[in-house]
Amino acid sequence: MKNDIFQLEKVIHNLKHFLPSQAPLKDFIHHNTLHAFQDIDFHEALNKANKIFGYKTYLQIEDYRRLYSKGKIKREIVERFLPENEKGLWWSKLLIDKFDESIEPRCGELRSLWKLHFKVDLDSLVHPTLFRVISSYLDQGISIWNFPIVKAGFLNSLIEIEANGYISFFKSDRVKKLLKEDLEIEKLLKILVGDSNFFEQYLFDQQFAHPGYSGMVAFLSDNTNALIDKRHISLEDFITIELLLEIDALDIYYGTIWAPLNSKIVEPLTPLFAKVEQSELSEIRRIWQDSFEWSYYDEVLNGLVKKSPTSVKIPELQTIFCIDDRECSIRRYIESGHRAASTYGTAGFFNVEFYFQPAHSDFRTKVCPAPVNPKYLIKEVDFTSKNSKDFHYSRGSHGLLLGWIISHTLGFWSAMKLVGSIFRPIQNAAAVSSSRHMHPNSELTIENKNGEKTDDGLQIGFTITEMADRLEGLLKSIGLVKDFAPLVYIIGHGSSSSNNTHYAGYDCGACSGRPGSVNARVMSKIGNHSEVRKELLLRGIEIPESTQFVGVLHDTSRDEFSYFDISMLSTENRNKHSENEQVFNKALDFNATERSRRFVVMNTNRNTRKVHSNVKLRSVSLFEPRPELNHATNTLCVVGRRSLTRGLFLDRRAFLNSFDYQVDPEGKYLLGIMNAIAPVCGGINLEYFFSRVDNQKLGAGTKLPHNVMGLIGVANGIDGDLRTGLPSQMIEVHDPIRLLAIVEHYPEVVLKTIQTNPATYEWFENEWVRLVVMHPDTHKPMLFSKGSFTEYKTINQNLKQVDDLLGELIKEHNNLPVIELKNLQS
Amino acid sequence: MSALIPFFILLPTTAFLLSMFIPKSQERIMSVLAYSSVGLQLLAAIAFTVLWFYDGMKPIDLKEFSVYKTGNYDFFIDFYFDKITMVYMLLGSFVTFLITIYSRYYLHREEGYKRFFTTILFFFLGFNLIILSGNIETLFIGWEILGVSSFLLIAFYRDRYLPVKNAVKVFSIYRVGDIGIILVMWLSHHLWHENISFAKLHNAELVHEHLTQNSLVGLAIAMMIYISAAAKSAQLPFSSWLPRAMEGPTPSSAIFYGSLSVHIGAFLLLRMYPFWEFQTGFRIFLGVSGLMTAVIATFVARVQSSIKSQIAYSSIAQIGLIFIEIAFGLENVALIHIAGNAFLRTYQLLVSPSVVSYKIREQFYEFVPREKTIEDSWPKRFEYALYILSLKEWNLDSMMYRYLWNPLKKIGSSWKVLNFKYVFYLSGATVLIGILLLLFRDSIELKYRINLPIVFSLVGFLIVIKAFTERDSVRKSWTLIALNHLTIAIAISFNEHFDFMHHVWYLSGIILSWFLGLILINRLRRLEWVSLDRFYGHIYEHPKIGFWFLICALALSGFPITPSFIGEDLIFSHIHFNQVGLAFFTAISLIINGLATIRIYARVFLGPHVKTYHEVAKRSS
Repeated sequence: MKNDIFQLEKVIHNLKHFLPSQAPLKDFIHHNTLHAFQDIDFHEALNKANKIFGYKTYLQIEDYRRLYSKGKIKREIVERFLPENEKGLWWSKLLIDKFDESIEPRCGELRSLWKLHFKVDLDSLVHPTLFRVISSYLDQGISIWNFPIVKAGFLNSLIEIEANGYISFFKSDRVKKLLKEDLEIEKLLKILVGDSNFFEQYLFDQQFAHPGYSGMVAFLSDNTNALIDKRHISLEDFITIELLLEIDALDIYYGTIWAPLNSKIVEPLTPLFAKVEQSELSEIRRIWQDSFEWSYYDEVLNGLVKKSPTSVKIPELQTIFCIDDRECSIRRYIESGHRAASTYGTAGFFNVEFYFQPAHSDFRTKVCPAPVNPKYLIKEVDFTSKNSKDFHYSRGSHGLLLGWIISHTLGFWSAMKLVGSIFRPIQNAAAVSSSRHMHPNSELTIENKNGEKTDDGLQIGFTITEMADRLEGLLKSIGLVKDFAPLVYIIGHGSSSSNNTHYAGYDCGACSGRPGSVNARVMSKIGNHSEVRKELLLRGIEIPESTQFVGVLHDTSRDEFSYFDISMLSTENRNKHSENEQVFNKALDFNATERSRRFVVMNTNRNTRKVHSNVKLRSVSLFEPRPELNHATNTLCVVGRRSLTRGLFLDRRAFLNSFDYQVDPEGKYLLGIMNAIAPVCGGINLEYFFSRVDNQKLGAGTKLPHNVMGLIGVANGIDGDLRTGLPSQMIEVHDPIRLLAIVEHYPEVVLKTIQTNPATYEWFENEWVRLVVMHPDTHKPMLFSKGSFTEYKTINQNLKQVDDLLGELIKEHNNLPVIELKNLQS
Repeated sequence: MSALIPFFILLPTTAFLLSMFIPKSQERIMSVLAYSSVGLQLLAAIAFTVLWFYDGMKPIDLKEFSVYKTGNYDFFIDFYFDKITMVYMLLGSFVTFLITIYSRYYLHREEGYKRFFTTILFFFLGFNLIILSGNIETLFIGWEILGVSSFLLIAFYRDRYLPVKNAVKVFSIYRVGDIGIILVMWLSHHLWHENISFAKLHNAELVHEHLTQNSLVGLAIAMMIYISAAAKSAQLPFSSWLPRAMEGPTPSSAIFYGSLSVHIGAFLLLRMYPFWEFQTGFRIFLGVSGLMTAVIATFVARVQSSIKSQIAYSSIAQIGLIFIEIAFGLENVALIHIAGNAFLRTYQLLVSPSVVSYKIREQFYEFVPREKTIEDSWPKRFEYALYILSLKEWNLDSMMYRYLWNPLKKIGSSWKVLNFKYVFYLSGATVLIGILLLLFRDSIELKYRINLPIVFSLVGFLIVIKAFTERDSVRKSWTLIALNHLTIAIAISFNEHFDFMHHVWYLSGIILSWFLGLILINRLRRLEWVSLDRFYGHIYEHPKIGFWFLICALALSGFPITPSFIGEDLIFSHIHFNQVGLAFFTAISLIINGLATIRIYARVFLGPHVKTYHEVAKRSS
C-alpha cells in the first residue's frame, strides 16, 4: 500500500464491495455471501477470504475426517484428487497429520494497536453509542419518539441536534469544535492515524469490526427505496461519526495530546490485499472439499445414468411449479398419486414481471427476481380487508399511564394468550401467513386496454401482445408446447411462520422474497384469455379450448394448496378438479410426512394425515424456531426434461427447471434459465454454504437470543452489531456442497449460451457453481472445467431401489442416498 | 397444613439436583423433568391456596430448624406464607411452567439445552426460597441463588463477548443489592438482639418500641432494604442493567427480566412493609424515587429502537409505579399490578420477534410518515437535550462506571508502583503478623487494640481491590481473595472474644475451596496459557474444569454451599453497633470479593475462545 495516495472515493467503493450486502429484514434475499471474491477461482477465494477477513470458509479437517469415516466421502473419489505417485503420503496428510487451523486475519491488525500500545479498548467505548445512534436514526417504527430530524441526512441531522441542544454525545471540546468546522474524513484520519498510507487499512479495520451496521449503511446508501420510512445515509457520514467518537474517546483518556497511531507501528504490517500464499493446509482443504462434493455428485450422476426410463403417454393433469428445491418432493408425490400427471418447474414468477399493489396500500412490492426492474403494475382492487390488531405491539403499552391501565387489565389477558399459544397454537396477528399477501377473492388489474399508466410511468397491466409474449416464453422455456391436459395448474409458493424475523427468506426467491400467489394467478388468467390464445396459435402453440389454467398457492410450511378463481372452470373441468384435489391432498400429506422426518422432535409415522396436521401446528407455534427447513440441503439444479429425474428420489435437494432441448435447439430460452439459476440458485446455495461453515461470522448465529433492531435487522442483546447471513436453525442440517447444475443439451450449445453473459459465465468459470451437461444423444455426463467439457466417468456403484419409500423415510432423519422408486417405473 | 410448606422447597431442590445427573444428550428427559416438576409445584400451590382460603387466610409462620446456634445467635431456617407469598407463588410457578414447556421446543438442538433447564430449575428454587422465607437469613439464601442463576443465564452464550461482559456487569449490580441485605441482617441483629422472623415484624408494638429507641437505625435499615430492592427491580440509579441482561434465549429473558426476577425487589419491600410502615420519611422517599424512575424510564423507553430494551424500560417504569403503590400502602393494588405487568411483559418478550412482520405489515397498509409526538411541540433545545439524554439512558450505565467501578480500579492501580509480587508477599506477611498479634492479643494495650480491627479490615479491603484489578496472575488473584477472608477474620477477632468455632465455620469453606480452586488452575495451566488480561474462553475445551472451578469460585465468595455462608453472618454479628466503618469496609470487601471470584471465572473460562480453529464470533456480535 506504500506510495499509494489515499483516495476516499475509491476506498469507500472498495469497502462497499466487501461489506455484507444484505437488505433490511422485510426484503431478505439470498445471495452469495462472498460475492466480492467471485471474480476469482472458488478455492483461491476461500483461502483469501480466510486470510484477509478471518472467515472460516471450510469445515474443520476433523469434520471431513468424520465424514470420511462415515462413508459420506468416498475413498475412490478422494483417490482421484491425489497426485498419482504420492498417494500414500497424501493419505497420511489427509487422515493423520495435525494442522494448525487457527486464523489470524489481516483485517483488524492495525487497529488492534490501540489496545496494545495505548491500553484503550476503543470498540467498547465507541460501539454502544455508535450503534445506538445509527439504529435510532434508521429505525422504522419501534421507537415511539423518533430521531428528531432526519431530512438533512445522518451527519447533518446529528450536527444540527448537537448545535441546538444542551447535551451532547461527545465530551471532548476538540470534537465539539470539529463538529462546527468542515468535517473531512481525511482530516479526522490525520488526527487518529497520521500517515495516509495507513488510512485505507484503518478504515477497513474499523468498519469490519461491525460489518453488520456498516453493511446495512452501505446497502441503504445505494438503495434508498429499501425503507418504507426513507432515510438519507451514506457510508461517509457513518464513518465520520465513528471517527469523531474515536477521537472523543481518546481525548477523554489522554487529553488532546496523544500521538497518532502510526507512531506505534513498529513492525511492518502486511497490506490487506497483498497476495495470499497457498499452503499445504489450503491444499488439504481443497482436496477434502472437492472429494466431499464429488462423493455426492457422483451418486447423483450415477442415478441419472442408470435409472430406468419413464414416460407419460397422454397427460391428464399438468402442474407448473416453482423451480424451488422445496417443490422437488411434492412433484414426486403427485406423479406417484396420478400416473398420468406430468409436472413442470420454472422460476416461480412464471415469466410475468410486475409490481403488485395490494388494496388499500400506497406501497408496491416487486414480485419478480431482484435484478429485474419491471415496467408494469398490477393492482388489487375491490376488496376490503382489515389487519387484525394485537395490543402487545401497541405503543400505549409502553406509555406510563396507559401502560399502567393495560398491565392492570389486559395484562391478565396476556396470561390467557400465553396459555393458548402454548397449548393450542392458532393463526394470530403475530404470525406471517402466505395467504395474506393477496386476497383470493379480490380483483386484479391484469389487462391493459387503454394504455393506462401510473404517475411514475408504470403501465397498469399487460396488453394482449405482452401477455402472449409472456405465455409463449413460459411454455417454450419449459417445453410444454403440445399435449395440454384439461387442467394445467400454475402453482406459486409462500410460507407461513410465527415469531420469525427472517420470514422474507422463506417465501419465493424468484418473487423477491414474496409469495408467488399473484404471479400464479396472473399467469393463469393470461393463459385462459381467449385473445391471448388466438395470438399464440399464430405463433405455433395450440391450446385446446377445453384446457384451463388454474392459479394455486402452495404454502410450503403448512403444505396446503389454495386455488384461485375456481368458479370460472367449466363444469367438466370442475369435476376433474375435484378428483385432482384428492390427488393433491394425498400428495400434501405425504410431502408433509417426508419433511417431518427432519424435525427430530416430531414423531414421523405411517399415518400421514396425522403427521400433516402436526406439521401445520408448527407453522403457527410461537415456540417453533423451525417452521420449515427452507432451502437447507440444497445441492442440485437440474435443467432438462422431467424424464431425466422422474422416478428418482433426490431428497428435496434439487432445484428442478423444466426445459426441452428439442423445443429450444439454439439455446434461446436456455440463456434466460442459466442467467437466472446462477445468481438465484447459486446465491441460495452459497449463502447456505457460508452460513454453515462459519455461522458466527458469515451466518447470524443462533436465532434464540435475537433482538429486533429498528425493524431492519437483528442483533444479540441491545449493544450488539447487526447479524447478517442465516441463523443456525436454518443451516444446521445443511451440508456445505456447491450447487451442481445439470443441463440436458449439447455441450457446444450450453457453452455458447453461458458465455453470452459474462456475469453468468463467471459463476461457472470460477466454479462457484459446478456444471455438468447430460448429452442428449449419448446420455453421458460431461463435466465443465477450465472452459471445456470432458466426459465424467462415475465410480461403479449400484443404484438403490425401493418399493416403500415411506418406510425408508420413517427410519432415517439424516440425508438419504439417491434412490430409484420402483413404483414410478413404467 | 403448615407442614406442607417445606414441600415447596423440597420439590424444586430435588428437581434441580436430579437435573444435574441427566446426560447432556437426553433433551426429552431433561425437559420432562423440568416442566413436570414445575407443573407439580403449580398444582400443589393451587391446592394449597384453596386449603389456605378455606382455613381463613391466616398467615403461617413455620420455624423449620436451626442451622447453627450459640448464645443469643441462632441462624435458623424459617418459612412464612401469606397473601403476598401466595400471589408470588402462583405467579412464579405458572409463568415458569409455561416457559419450560415453551423452551422445550424452542431450545431444541441448542448447545446448552441441559444447562438452560438446570439453570431455570436453580432459579426456580431460589425464587421459591425467597418468597417463602420467614426471616431475612432464609431470604438471603434464595437471593444469592437468584443472583448466580441470573449470571449463568445472561452468560448462557458464553462463547461470545457481550453476554459475558453484561453478565459480569449485572452480577456486580446484584452484588450491591446483596450488601444491602447483609447490612440489614447486621443492623437488625443489633436492633432486635436476635435473628428476627418476618412474623414478629407484624407485632406493631414491638416494632414501634424498637424503632422509637433507634429511629436512625430504623431509617438505615429501611434504606438498605431500598438499595437491595432497587438493585433487583432495576430502579434508579440501577436501571441500566435490565436491558443489558437480555442476552440469553428469549424465553429466559422473558421469565427473568420480564416477569419474575425484576419483581423480587417489590416483594422485598412488601415483605418488610410492617417494618417501615411508620417511617413516613422513608415512605415519601420511596414514592418519590418510584415516580422519578417511572418518568425517566418512560422517556428512555420512548426512544429505544430495539424491541427488547423498549420492553425492559417500559417494565421498569411500571415497577416504578408499583413502588409508589407500595409506598402508599396499597398492597392489593400493587399485587395486581405486579401480576399484570409480569404477564404482559413476558408475553411481549416472547412474541418480540414477530414485531417485524406485524409492524411492517401495518405500515404497508396504514403508513403515516413520522408521527408527531408530544415532544415535537416543545422548545427545540429542550427537545434535543431530552432526546439525547434519553438515548444515553440518562448516563445511568456510565455513572455506574464512573462512581462505582472506576474509583475502585483507580485505587487498585494506584499502587501499581508496588509490583504485584510484593503485594502478594506483603499481604501474606500481614496475615502472619495478624495471627501472631492475635496470639498475644491480651498483652496489647487496649488503646492500640481497639484500632486493630479497622486497620486490618482496611488492609483486607486493599488486598481484595488488588485481587479485583489484577490483570495477570490467576493464582495470585485467587489467593488474595482467600487472604482477604483471612484478614477479615483477624480483624473481627480483635473486636471481642468469641468461640474459635466461629472461625472454623467461616474459614473452613474458604480454605477448602481456595485449595481445590488452586489445584484446578494448576491443572489448566499445564494445558493452556492462562491469564486475566482478557477473556480466554477455555470452557470450550475444558468444560469439566470450568464447572468445578465455578463451584469453587462460588464457595470462595461465600455462596450458601459451604458453612462459610453462615460464618459470614456470624462474623458480622461480632461487629458492634457503633462500628459503622468496620461494617462498611467488611461489607464492601465481601462485595468486591464476590466480584473478583466471578471475574476470574469469567476471564479464564468464558468469552470468545482464544483459539480460533473453530467458529468464533466477532466481539461486536
